[in-house]
Amino acid sequence: MRHALLHHAFEATAARLPGKTALVCGTRRLAYREVQARVQRLASRLCAAGVARGDRVVVMLEADIEYAVAVHAVLRIGAVLVPLAPTTKADKLAFVIEDTEASALLTEARLEATWGPARERCAGLRRLLLAATFDDDADADLPRDEAAAQDLAALLYTSGSTGRPKGVMLSHHNMTSAWAAVQAYLGLRESDVIGLALPPTYSYGLYHLLMGLGLGATVVIERQAAFPVKLAETLEREAVTVFPAVPSLFAALLDTPAAARFDHRALRIVSNAAAALPTSHIERIRRRWPQARLYCMYGMTECKRISYLPPEELERRPGSVGRGMPMQEHWLVDEANRRLPHGSTGQLVVSGPHVMQGYWRRPQETAERLGPGPREGERVLYTGDLFRSDDEGYLYFVARMDDIIKTGGEKVAPREVEDAIHQLEGVTGCAVIGVPDARLGQTVKAYVTLRADAAVDARAVIRHCQARLESHMVPKTVEIVQALPMTESGKVRHAALREAEPTRGSDSA
Amino acid sequence: MSASEHDVRRDLRRYIEDNFVLGASGPQLKDADSFLEHHVLDSTGFLELIAHLEETYGIKVTDDEMVPENLDSIDAVAAYLARKRA
Repeated sequence: MRHALLHHAFEATAARLPGKTALVCGTRRLAYREVQARVQRLASRLCAAGVARGDRVVVMLEADIEYAVAVHAVLRIGAVLVPLAPTTKADKLAFVIEDTEASALLTEARLEATWGPARERCAGLRRLLLAATFDDDADADLPRDEAAAQDLAALLYTSGSTGRPKGVMLSHHNMTSAWAAVQAYLGLRESDVIGLALPPTYSYGLYHLLMGLGLGATVVIERQAAFPVKLAETLEREAVTVFPAVPSLFAALLDTPAAARFDHRALRIVSNAAAALPTSHIERIRRRWPQARLYCMYGMTECKRISYLPPEELERRPGSVGRGMPMQEHWLVDEANRRLPHGSTGQLVVSGPHVMQGYWRRPQETAERLGPGPREGERVLYTGDLFRSDDEGYLYFVARMDDIIKTGGEKVAPREVEDAIHQLEGVTGCAVIGVPDARLGQTVKAYVTLRADAAVDARAVIRHCQARLESHMVPKTVEIVQALPMTESGKVRHAALREAEPTRGSDSA
Repeated sequence: MSASEHDVRRDLRRYIEDNFVLGASGPQLKDADSFLEHHVLDSTGFLELIAHLEETYGIKVTDDEMVPENLDSIDAVAAYLARKRA
């Protein structure tokens, strides 16, 4: 059922299924009734502290039950949720508090090394509530729930590859629209157990938390995903049925033989988003969990989700992310913003009720992403991502437009080279960038991570690519590294590799 | 505590502090504190720690041993190394 405001689904569930387990985190388990009571107490406390509809509230908490409570309490009073990862540094926290003119910060004592210095710098921050006090009694009644669907529900800060973080403005209507479209194809159920190893502060994890609690499912927050065996054990113990993940999480589970001894037969949906799934992983995932439907999805914080590949198309269209989702329109454009037919390569443009309102107080950056659409007054999202489409319109990710390598007059999409390298036995991860070159403009360089027992060196990677790729796409240099720089949402940070490049020594071939 | 275990703890602390921040504003990490809970290490950080242990102490961290009980604090790593090298 579609609700007008983002938190209404949760409230309806709490009334319908009070005794059902809503949240599990480690050894803690909370029923819907208890979660709802905590949400109401915290919402009352926020009101008593003077936080009102439309105020921004920064939430920086560990992935735990208190985070879920805080998210719903902020929404309940009509305030704007600004979630930040607990790993956020003091500088960024201070920046976000000032940028949003936040009236309250919800955090916890253990993170004082971060919020202590930030609080000193932010005179405008009126209230700081620590998680340990969320359950204290408030001397205030909850006000009527009077937010409107067009009110902002959340500001999700995206790091972007360069520049200051930007707050993506999402209204209740944006978020319930994205939710409804995702639910229309994913079909989550009340009986599901969602294994949430993703950071719940980012779009992908946040929506699974909201949707899970909105549907009456059980959400299992896994904080030990850094240890694949622990994650595999949790999936078995809690009989997880839905596992949203990113390529690095899949790789960790698949590359750890000890994780394979656990029983994951309850899994019925596994999904990938945030970064493209190497095609070589797709087959391994299907072998590992043959009973589960694998959804390869694509989206961005600016509108949550854009496309998914129906699992029955996986065989026929490996590497595709599908052809959009319900309730939206999308198309490809060339560099002159002309609409392209199926079978072309161009920037993906998206229109629909899920497209953000813009970047918080950044008219210029907003104008770069949101442009006029086919309908009068409409603003559509220019994703900045290049896709090619087949003759039926199925989309294949080519590259971030910023990541395209130009070498000797040829354009190289990092993804194509990365896919080829992933097929080499022993490779666990890779990232391909362009490095400056006096003669060619740029040359292709690959960073590769390996399994400990892999008998692979830089030359082997290059030989492997020579056999599979056109010569201009073959990496000129390969560097074997321990780890790739990742964003917290699970994407390889190509920009970080590019920035590190000029100063960095290399033992490459 | 044996002299060598003392050295191991000191070396571990130095490695963690040199490679994974803490820094001026960071919390003072106690030997029993979880690296994960204190955001000292993430999943790639643990892989780097494992590579460091294998290189420095000439051991092989097996798949089964990649669990927080062996790796998630200075205490845990010191005890794990003592067992491995016994």
